[in-house]
Parts: sequence; C-alpha cells; structure tokens
Amino acid sequence: MDFQNLANALTLTNLALALFGVVAGTIIGSIPGLSATMAVAVLVPITFSMEPASALILLGAIYTGAIYGGAYSAILLNTPGTPSAIATTFDGYPMAKRGDGDLAVAIACYASVAGGLIGAAALLLLAPPLSTVALAFGPVEYLWLSVFGLSLIASLSTGNLLKGLAGGALGMLLSCVGVAEISADIRLTFGSSTMIGGIEVVGALIGLYCIPVLIDMVSTPERHLKVEEGGRAVRFREGAAIAWKSRVNLLRSSIIGTVVGILPGAGGSVAGLVAYSEAKRTARPGQKFGEGEPDGIMATEAANNATVGGGFIPTLVLGIPGTPPDAVILGALLVQGVRTGPTLFDGGGSIVYTFIFGLFIATVLMLPTGLLIGRYAYKTIVTIPKTILVPAVGFMTIIGTFAIRNSISDIVIMIGLGTVGWVLSRFGFAASPIVLGLILGPIAEQGFVQAWIIGEATGNLPGMFFGRPISLAIIAFTLLSLVYPAIQSRRAKRSLATKAEAND
Amino acid sequence: MFNLKFAKTLVVASAVSIAAATSALAFPDKAVEYIIPFGPGGESDISARFQQSFFKDKFGQDLVVSYKPGGGGAVGWAQLNSMATDGYTIMGTNLPHIVIQPAQKDVGYTTEDIRNFYMFHYTPDAIVVTADSPYQTLDDLIADAKANPGGVTMSGSGKATANHLAQIRFDKMAGIKTAYVPFKGTGASSTAMLGKQVKAQWGYTTVGAAQGDAVRLLAVAMEERHPLFPDVPTFKELGYEMVGGAYRGMAVPKDTPEEIVKRLSDMFGEINADEAFRKQMLDGGFALLDVDAAGMEAFMAARKAEYLEAASEAGLLN
Repeated sequence: MDFQNLANALTLTNLALALFGVVAGTIIGSIPGLSATMAVAVLVPITFSMEPASALILLGAIYTGAIYGGAYSAILLNTPGTPSAIATTFDGYPMAKRGDGDLAVAIACYASVAGGLIGAAALLLLAPPLSTVALAFGPVEYLWLSVFGLSLIASLSTGNLLKGLAGGALGMLLSCVGVAEISADIRLTFGSSTMIGGIEVVGALIGLYCIPVLIDMVSTPERHLKVEEGGRAVRFREGAAIAWKSRVNLLRSSIIGTVVGILPGAGGSVAGLVAYSEAKRTARPGQKFGEGEPDGIMATEAANNATVGGGFIPTLVLGIPGTPPDAVILGALLVQGVRTGPTLFDGGGSIVYTFIFGLFIATVLMLPTGLLIGRYAYKTIVTIPKTILVPAVGFMTIIGTFAIRNSISDIVIMIGLGTVGWVLSRFGFAASPIVLGLILGPIAEQGFVQAWIIGEATGNLPGMFFGRPISLAIIAFTLLSLVYPAIQSRRAKRSLATKAEAND
Repeated sequence: MFNLKFAKTLVVASAVSIAAATSALAFPDKAVEYIIPFGPGGESDISARFQQSFFKDKFGQDLVVSYKPGGGGAVGWAQLNSMATDGYTIMGTNLPHIVIQPAQKDVGYTTEDIRNFYMFHYTPDAIVVTADSPYQTLDDLIADAKANPGGVTMSGSGKATANHLAQIRFDKMAGIKTAYVPFKGTGASSTAMLGKQVKAQWGYTTVGAAQGDAVRLLAVAMEERHPLFPDVPTFKELGYEMVGGAYRGMAVPKDTPEEIVKRLSDMFGEINADEAFRKQMLDGGFALLDVDAAGMEAFMAARKAEYLEAASEAGLLN
C-alpha cells in the first residue's frame, strides 16, 4: 500500500470508468428489479478485455452506485430499488409524502458516501484481520441474527403488534414455497411446476411495495407527493447540516454495515435493517421513526453502502463472496486469472490496492453525481403528471420483475402479491413485516437446521444454540430491542405522571 | 486473355467453394444464448464464462450467458423443451441434478427430456479440511469416524447433490457414519469448514484451487491425481472405488435438428481441445471431460444407475 497504487488508480481510464460505473449503477439501482448483482453480471463480459484492476474498479463503482440508487425509488415511490433499500422506505417515503423528498434524497446521498468511505477504509486498513469475522459466524449465529432482524417487526408495528406478527408469519410462509434451499424438499407448490422456483424476493418487494402505491395513485385525485409551490433552493446544505448532526448515527451504522457485509450469509438488506433497528433503539426523545425521521434514512443508507467495502473483505481475503454481487465479481476475477486469498494482499497487492483506491474515488464521485441525479429524479417524479407516471412506473415494475430471472410467472406472482398487499394494507397490515419474514425466514431456517444437525452430532444441542459467545451477544441485543420500547414508554409515562403530580 | 479467363474461373470456383464451405459452417451466424439455470457466480457460471471468450474467438459469434435460476435448476430445465429449436438457445445442465430431481418428485421434466449434447467438465469430489486440521490423511478421518459414530460433521452443498451422494457412497465403502450438514452452495459450505463449524467438507477440487494453502485435500475422486494437487492421493489409490463429482454440460431443446446438435457438439469439443482453455480450467481446479453427442446415451445411463443406487439406499427417493 503506497502512493504508487493511488496514482495507478488515478489514471484517466480508471477515473472515467469509475465515473461511468457510478452513474450507470445509480440509474440501474434506482429501477426496481434491476439489482446490483444483475448490473455487475451484465458487464462482466466487457471487463474480460480490461486490465484486472480497471475491471474491478468498473464493477465496484457500478455496485456501489446501484446500492445508492436503490434509495431513489424507496424514497419517491415507496419501492426499494434493491433489497438493500427496504428500510429506506420506512422514513424516506413519509418524508417525500410531506414534501421533503428532495431533502431525503440529499441526506441519502451523504449517508451513502459516508458509509461507502468507511466500508472502503475498513477494506484498505483492516481487511485480513476483519475477514476472521466471516469465519466466526456459524449457522447458529445466522439463526440469531435473523431473529434479531425479525424482532424489528415488533418495533415497526407499534400498537399493532399482532398484525405485524401475522404479516411476518405470512412472509415466512411465502418464503417456504418451492424447493427448500438446503433440504431440497418441494413445499407448498400445490402440484404446480411453475411454483417450484418459489417466490422471488425482489419480485415480491416490487409487488408488495409498488403496486399498492400505484393503486393509491390512481384512486386519489391528489398529487403523488406534496410539493411546495415556488422555486425552492436546492436543499443540499440543509441535508449536510442534518447529516453532520447525526454523525454518530452515521458512524455506528457504517460500522454495522461493514461487519454485516463481511458475513457471507447476510447482505445489504440485513445490514440496513440492523442499522435501522439500532438507530431506532438509540433514538433521541422526540424522534419519530417511521414517520419521516431523517436518521432512519441515514442509518439504512450508510449501512448498505458500507456493505460494499465490507463484502469485498472476505471476497478478496478468503475467496468467499461476502454478498451476491461479490460472487459475480469473484467469478470475473477467476476468469481473468486473478487468484484471491491472503496472498493477493501480500504478494500481488498492487491490483488490490489500486482497486481499493478506485473504490474510494468512485464513492467520492457519488457525492456530486448522486446529488445531481437525485435532484433530477425528484423533479421528474414530482412534476410528471400522474397519467404518465403511473403507466411508466407500472411498466418498469413489469420489466424489472421479468428481468430478475426471465420469468413470466414471476410477473403474475408480483401482481398477485401486490393486490393482496393492497387489500391487507386496507386492514392495517403493513408490507414490511411480510418482507422481513420473506427475507429472513430462509436464513433463520437454514441456520436452525444446520445448527441442529451439528449440535446433535456433537451431542450438545443446548450448548450449540445458547453456549456460543457471539450468539449470546446477539440474543442480548434482540432482547434489548424488544424490551427497550416498553421500558421507554413506561419511563415516559412515569415522568408524565410526576409532572402531573407536580402540577397538582 | 487466357490469364483473365483463368482468373475468372478461379474467382468463380473459389466463390463456389466459399459458399459451399459457409453453408456447412453457416451455423452460427448470430449470437448463441447460453442459459445457466442458476444465479451468477457459481461453478456453472464460472465455467461458462471460461467458454465464452473461446467461443467468440473460434466461431466469430457471441456466446451470451444469461441466468434463469430457481428450484435448484429445475425451473430452467422444465422450460428447456419449450424453447426455440434452431440451436441458438442452449442451456447448461448439471449432474446429478437432472437425474435426482425428477426421480424424487414431479419437477416438470424427466431426465430423458433433457437432450444433452456435450459434457465438458466435472468438479471431482474431494474431502477438504483446514490446513491445521488434526486429519492429516484420509485414514485419520476414518479412524475418528469409527471412534465417534455419527460425530464427524461434514459440510456440503445442498441435499441429494453430488456432495451428499459422495458422502453416502463413501460412508458405505469405508464402513463409517458421518453427519452431513447441507449448506446453500459451495461457498457457504467452504466457509463453514474454514470457520471450523464442521470438521471436514465434502467439496470439490475447485475448493482446493480457490483456498490454496488454507486447506488440505485428503483425497480426490479422480482416475488419476489432479495436476494442480500432485501430492493428494485419489480415493482409488487408497482403495475406494470413487471417481466422479458434479458434471456439467450443455443441452438443447429436444426437437433441435440432428445436424445442428452434431455441429454444437463439435464446436464445444473444439473449445475443450484448446490448450489455453484446458489450462484455465485445470488451474481453476476443474477436471476436463469429453462426452460428445454420440457418447451421451451410454454416459448418462451409467451415471443414472450410479446416482439412483446411492440415493435410494440413503432413502432420498421416498
């Protein structure tokens, strides 16, 4: 690691590739269904004729741009453009609804850049030691991590716990459809061979989040998003001030994102959810998460962009992909003849370090491009009349769903789930618990089954589930975030009571 | 004059012969779509990517890799026969998947529905342990398994897969009982082994190639030692009749004309014969295999018998 590598990364070609990658990634990521994995996979053949370091910079830039781009549709359309942006919808869409969409897009950009830089810094400085985290996480730890993620259902559905749990259970049930990932059983297909593929998560996300928004758009005469009349100044500075005020949240969420990114079994969606949950738990009094709280967006966006750098740690150090896009990049590296592993950092380090500096550059470039594209996206969504917006978004949902695995039946499932989701929302069932169940259910199931087999083989089932230090820590955090809201509300009641007494 | 006439005949003759040659070689005159019925980043994807650039060099057309994941490959294979039969759509196929899946349940296709035209490589089964594992040799593992029946945990990719069938067959041959822990893909199963969540891994030679010094292979299921691991014995040398692994090939829709199938088979045979391609594959830990369209029937019959026997003994087909 020296300045030679920085200079290598700063060649005109590499800068151009980083800029192109970030812009293309941001646009692709903002379209629901077109994920970071796909963006990277499509571009892999192009990189075969490039220098390995340049190829990596291009792929890394697209990846990081796509993770940020997912925030646009999450904020402006309540539809996460990539699964990583699920928790961005919680506060982003309420902000956009009340007319603060431009501010939300700006703070998402600041948070993404901050998270991306911290993740990349971890990759640059601490990669070999941090890679051991990936190995310390066994099946049980994944089980408890997903239970921790599921505990967010409780705090997401305040005052509506039963409906939230029912939604989560429905999501888990949906995740069982098709060929079970590790037991190879075929479940809940009702004899239909089209259901063997199961329910695609991204397609389900599009259906559950986007279709209800589209139905609401056509069923109400108001504008899609509230908009202040009169040309308002761009709210970049206001956003920067908010981001600076929340620097502790940004730092904590970025660290969470980096660590979760290192875990091969959990990606940006889990990172965003865990960071959101922690931000919510440590909220200052007066912060209303879920109703348009900027800290909610920042937690998610910082965390999911930090997974980019974090995910590259096991990918480059251990040859184990940290996230799905990393798996594709790893394949591209193999075809290029680059062997990953500890030796890549020691011996042939120049490729790695040139790439890491390239990732830094791409992340920094995301600041101006992200703010500009974000402003454009906001303006477009706000000014386009509904008669054009609705069919355009509807078209995108269909294209996006089809593109995931070239499947017509996924579109049918997407529309079906969307309709069901809309009906359920009329009865007070939110989409997010269903999605949490759908994403975390399989991780929990796999962890449970594997831990059970290993525990039984070693004759120590209780020790397997409750005897490992990392597991115990995660269990403690889960209990804390479950009990904390209750304590908090009791404390608030008590202080209210004492105030009332004092007033008497 | 004479010269001109001669030149004319020459031009005409060569034009005719070029036309004749191109009509025989007309295929492919546009890009060929190569559908991988899994997501990107796995062994099937990587080996297809290896073929991609050689295809373009040799035949001048693009080989476009696309993905149709779902149901462990079943979604793609169930749709194969409804696709265009002009040879411009081919699909990756995997063994033992296309034998075991339809034998277990109705997955929308049968093994005989899949018209494989070339099997180009396999990833040989291998037992992988960490570099600091107490198991120095295969005998160490067997001794431990005999001392602790059912106590030796071994990770592998999925259930009723190549790894799982290898575990079943080897347990029977060695007279031991190990605990097989299925993971989602080889990456996750390697992580579990490297993190010492399990004692050993039923993996492939590719794991050894990817992990280098971090792991030790105890034995590989090949006829002869893999050139990348000259010090690792084969199961055969150690007295166990185990040769095989996960085989990968390509198939076309059933009604594709015979001559196009033959041509595709020849084309991929040509890629397989390329020294540079062979070197890339071997360096990645893969083992090359050449089963063309003509030899496919016998090859499939042998594999099918082998897989079904192991699977039904283990009670996987109920």
